[in-house]
Amino acid sequence: MFVPCGESVPDLTGFTLLMPAVSVGNVGQLAIDLIISTLNMSKIGYFYTDCLVPMVGNNPYATGEENSTELSINAEVYSLPSRRLVALQLRSIFIKYKTKPFCEKLLSWVKGSNCARVIVLSSSHSYQRNDLQLRSTPFRYLLTPSMQINVQNKMKSLNWEEMEKSPCIPEINDSEFCVRIPGGGITKALYDESCSKEIQMAVLLKFVSEGDNIPDALGLVEYLNEWLQIIKPHDPTVPSLRWKMPSSWRLLFGSGLPPALF
Amino acid sequence: MAATFFGEVVKAPCRAGTEEEEEEEEEGRRETPEDREVRRQLARKREVRLLRRQTKTSLEVSLLEKYPCSKFIIAIGNNAVAFLSSFVMNSGVWEEVGFAKLWNEWCRTTDTTHLSPAEAFCIFYHLKSNPSVFGSCTRKNTQVTILTCRHVTDYKTSESTGSLPAPFLKALKTQNFKDPACCSLLEQPNIVHDLPAAVLSYCQVWKIPAILYLCYTDVMKLDLITVEAFKPILSSRSLKSLVKNIPQSTEILKKLMTTNEVQSNIYT
Repeated sequence: MFVPCGESVPDLTGFTLLMPAVSVGNVGQLAIDLIISTLNMSKIGYFYTDCLVPMVGNNPYATGEENSTELSINAEVYSLPSRRLVALQLRSIFIKYKTKPFCEKLLSWVKGSNCARVIVLSSSHSYQRNDLQLRSTPFRYLLTPSMQINVQNKMKSLNWEEMEKSPCIPEINDSEFCVRIPGGGITKALYDESCSKEIQMAVLLKFVSEGDNIPDALGLVEYLNEWLQIIKPHDPTVPSLRWKMPSSWRLLFGSGLPPALF
Repeated sequence: MAATFFGEVVKAPCRAGTEEEEEEEEEGRRETPEDREVRRQLARKREVRLLRRQTKTSLEVSLLEKYPCSKFIIAIGNNAVAFLSSFVMNSGVWEEVGFAKLWNEWCRTTDTTHLSPAEAFCIFYHLKSNPSVFGSCTRKNTQVTILTCRHVTDYKTSESTGSLPAPFLKALKTQNFKDPACCSLLEQPNIVHDLPAAVLSYCQVWKIPAILYLCYTDVMKLDLITVEAFKPILSSRSLKSLVKNIPQSTEILKKLMTTNEVQSNIYT
């Protein structure tokens, strides 16, 4: 359930909700971190749930002493009212059998808060690509029918590739075709639920392998930026300099090494 | 999938935990009403139940409603519990008011209905002379203190963890906790998860003042030096009034250590 930081519940009518799926390489979550950090979004509340493994730490977007001691939990909501953007960040993995209840609670909150649309940032296993996908761009999009009406033309003008259908059961030759997102976590479940609840949702994903996924996250935010124009798109500078990496991205691969090792 | 150095292809676990979700999706599609019923029964079996000490009957109201308190102290792990028992609970008379009973697939005991107090994983005590400790009138007036330990290799730092002066104390506090901590705060990018995180998250969301004291140590079993690393918190506002006799506490602690040592024998 959504619990506001302050006394009153902020009005999110007409806002665009950006959220990650906990997926391969954690690319969606890294991308949301970049967005919150670059736009300096303010925390407006918590999405308090028993569906995610509990986790706490100090402010991951701290820029100095004065803001480094604010406690953060596993699911928090940030907003930038001037751009009518709201972001939900998920920081831990799902507890077994809790993904469906989470999707239900999340979408009921989305409907209740009158958000205009939801954009899910996600990823899928790159090793599951077919031959055609191997030769094309690694980015894909998916739209729910109610979203298609509004943005299909925009997608065409951007020359984006829609996520292809593949055999539902890969091992069987005459299996039906459907959209599969291996490694995408709750992406497919959220998409299917949104279709049936007529929620305007777009999924933006990248085919990735697990490893250092920071470049993948930068790629995904640039992809999103082509559409939403969150930051100036035609700046010739290197993408990594346009997006601000949060201070919590330090030591992603562990502590320092003992000098005696060498 | 990943290829090892030797060329074999293995199914590597995904750090985002998505393999389980795909299995769940498949299971969801094939699930029958019987499966759902089995799952419901299992969930009921795994529920945490709070029971009254003497009668072992369930507590009908929440523990904090029955025993309102201004200070709620929770110790998680053997070293934290040893510290609390020796330094805080040695003074005054502490009465056991209840215990938490839980079961999951990892429990060694199979009998879930007759769990003896000795097997209880969590026991609640309140101070008889001052029932406001571990008890509060309203949620707003409660202050929560959590003590636990973690292995020093969990601590992320730009130096090597081998050079750290273990054991050492770090703290995390909620927004509404206004008192200073008795040690430095846990720096980014370090995080805490599981039960201590669950308690702190609850307190942060519902605006309850709470502080977690985390001892990073290289000895996870009961250890005198690790327990004594918690000593700085005895000067905190919440515990100061509860601590009476420190030399006596140290003696109690030493006794606890020897009792445990005798039991840890590879032949028993």
